[in-house]
Amino acid sequence: MKLHRPMKAGLLLAAALTAALAVGACGSSGTTSTATPATSAPASPAAVPAAAAGTVTIVDPWVKAASTGMTAVFGTLVNNTDKAVTLVSGATPAASSIELHEVADNNGKMVMREKQGGFVVPPKGKLTLQPGGDHIMIMGVKKAIKPGDQFTFTLTTADGADVELTAVGKEFAGGNEEYEPGSDQH
Amino acid sequence: MRNSTPAQPGPGGGGLSRRGLLAGGTAAAAATFAATVAGSPAEANGGVAVPHGRSVESFHGPHQGGVATLPQTYAVFLGLDLRKGTDRDALGRLMRLLTDDARRLTEGRPALADTEPELAVLPARLSVTFGFGPGFFTAAEAEDRRPRSLKALPEFKIDKLEKRWSGGDLLVQICSDDAVTLSHALRMIVKDVRAFAEVRWLQRGFRRPPHVEAPGLTQRNLMGQLDGTVNHRPGTPDFDKAVWVADDPAWLRGGTMLVLRRIRMELETWDAVDRVAKEFSVGRRLDTGAPLTGRAEHDPPDFERLNDVGFPVISEFSHVRRAHVADPGLRIFRRAYNYDEGLTARGRSDSGLIFASYQADIERQFVPIQRRLAEVDLLNEWTTPIGSAVFAIPPGCSSSGWIGETLLS
Repeated sequence: MKLHRPMKAGLLLAAALTAALAVGACGSSGTTSTATPATSAPASPAAVPAAAAGTVTIVDPWVKAASTGMTAVFGTLVNNTDKAVTLVSGATPAASSIELHEVADNNGKMVMREKQGGFVVPPKGKLTLQPGGDHIMIMGVKKAIKPGDQFTFTLTTADGADVELTAVGKEFAGGNEEYEPGSDQH
Repeated sequence: MRNSTPAQPGPGGGGLSRRGLLAGGTAAAAATFAATVAGSPAEANGGVAVPHGRSVESFHGPHQGGVATLPQTYAVFLGLDLRKGTDRDALGRLMRLLTDDARRLTEGRPALADTEPELAVLPARLSVTFGFGPGFFTAAEAEDRRPRSLKALPEFKIDKLEKRWSGGDLLVQICSDDAVTLSHALRMIVKDVRAFAEVRWLQRGFRRPPHVEAPGLTQRNLMGQLDGTVNHRPGTPDFDKAVWVADDPAWLRGGTMLVLRRIRMELETWDAVDRVAKEFSVGRRLDTGAPLTGRAEHDPPDFERLNDVGFPVISEFSHVRRAHVADPGLRIFRRAYNYDEGLTARGRSDSGLIFASYQADIERQFVPIQRRLAEVDLLNEWTTPIGSAVFAIPPGCSSSGWIGETLLS
C-alpha cells in the first residue's frame, strides 16, 4: 500500500516551497563545480564523514531529535563516482525501519510518500535532503535521539552495497512529516 | 596581512582590499584585522568596496576568539542556567553542537538546520565565545577542575547587584560588526541551547564601528570618558601573560577568565557636574584622555606631582589613581561595551557599561583592583555595579575539536 497522505495544513505552503527548492537543487546538481557554502568551505567533523572514498557520502547530515515515533534525516547526499547511484533502502538498529521519502504534488495536494525507485544521486552530483523535500524517514525510534547525539544508519544502493552514515541530532520545529495513525504498511 | 585564505571563491573572484579600512586606521590596528571570506562583488564591479561584511575572524586556534579580537561593534552576552538533568554527557553533546554552530557561522556558513541560511553569509567578523560558570563544573562532575578563583566575587559595598544580571552556568558571547548577523547567530545558538539550559540574562552592547572610528583607538563610554586607555595590546607578551592561563588548571591553558560586570551610569547626576570636577574625579582630561599631569592620552600619570597649594594634581581619590596597577602582569584586559536600554516616561536613561574584564586569575588580578575602587573612587558617585558574573573561558580548538573538550572529554 502506497502512502498518499495529506500533510498538516500549516505545513502545506512551506512544503510546496521547499519541495520546489529541492527539485531545483536536484536539477542543477549534475556537477559539483558550483561552489556552495556547504561543500566548498572547510568542513567540520560533523559535516563530512571521514571516509571520502565511499561511493556516496553525506554532507551536513542532521536528524531531527525525537524520543519516540518518527523522525527524519536531512543533509546533502554526494555521489563521488562517475555513475549515478540509486539508494533504495535503509536500516538502523536504533529504529524499526527507514524509508526514502519525497514530498510531492498529488492532484494539488502536497503529500509525503515513498520515493518510487529510491533516491538517484547523479554522477559526481548530489541530492539535497531537506524538510519539505526528499528526506530519509526514520520510523519507530527505539532509543531517544537527543540533541547532539550521533545517529548512525545504513543506506543500501540498488547494487546491494551498504553505505554507513551518521547524522547529528538537532532540535527542529519543522520537518513534521508525520503519518496518520494506522498506516504502517508499505 | 591575512590570517586565513578565502574559504570560497566569491562571485567577483577578487580579494577584498583593505584600503577602506586603512583609510581611517593605523597599520598596526589593521594588522589585527580579520581575513575575508571572499571577494567583494562591489569592488570587482568597480564600485565602492564594502569594508568587511565578509570578513572572518578565525574560529580555530589556541585561544577562543572574542577576547584578543579587535572588539566588534555589537555584542550580546547570554547567561544560561543549565537544566536539571543536563549532566556531563549532555554537556558534551551541547558543546559539540554549539561549537559546530559557531564554527559555521563565524565562517559565514549557515548553521546545520539553519532556517534562514541567507542571513549567515556576511559574518562581519563574527565571533562566538563560550564560558563556563561555577555551576557548569558541578553539572560536569568536575568540581576538582574548577579554577580556584572561579567563584562569585566578594561583596563590595558599592554593589547593588540584581539577580537578573548576575550569575549563570554557561556564557555565550557573540560579537559582530553587523547587528543582523549577530541576531541570526544568537537565534541559531539559542535554538540548540534550549534543550539543555534556560536563559538567565541577555545583555546587549555596542561600540563605535571600525569604519566610524579608527580601530584600536580607545573608545568613549556614555559618560564621555575615554575608557580603557591602559589596556595591554593583544599579541604582546604583557597581554599574553596577563590574559591567558599558562599553568593551572591544565585544561584551561590557553583560556582565560572573564568577569562580567554590568555598571549602571547615573547620567542625570553626572550631567550636574562641571567639567573641571568631572576631570578631577577621573584624573584625566575629558577631551584628550591625558592624565591631568600629562599632555597625551598615553602619557604615564605622574602621581607624585603636586599643585600650587601642595595637593596631588591627580587626586588620591581619583579613578585613575585608584585603578592603577603597576605590575603589567597583574593588569586586567578590558573589552567593554556600552548599553543603552531605553528611557523612562520622564526621559531618564538606563545606560551604562557592560564591563568585560579578561584575566588569567580573577583573585590575583581583578579582585584587588575592584577592592581598591570600592573603598575609594570618586567615580563611584555616578557608577553602580548592578550585575556580576564570572566564567572560565576555555581554550580554543582545532578544526576537528570542540570548545570544552579539554574539560569534558
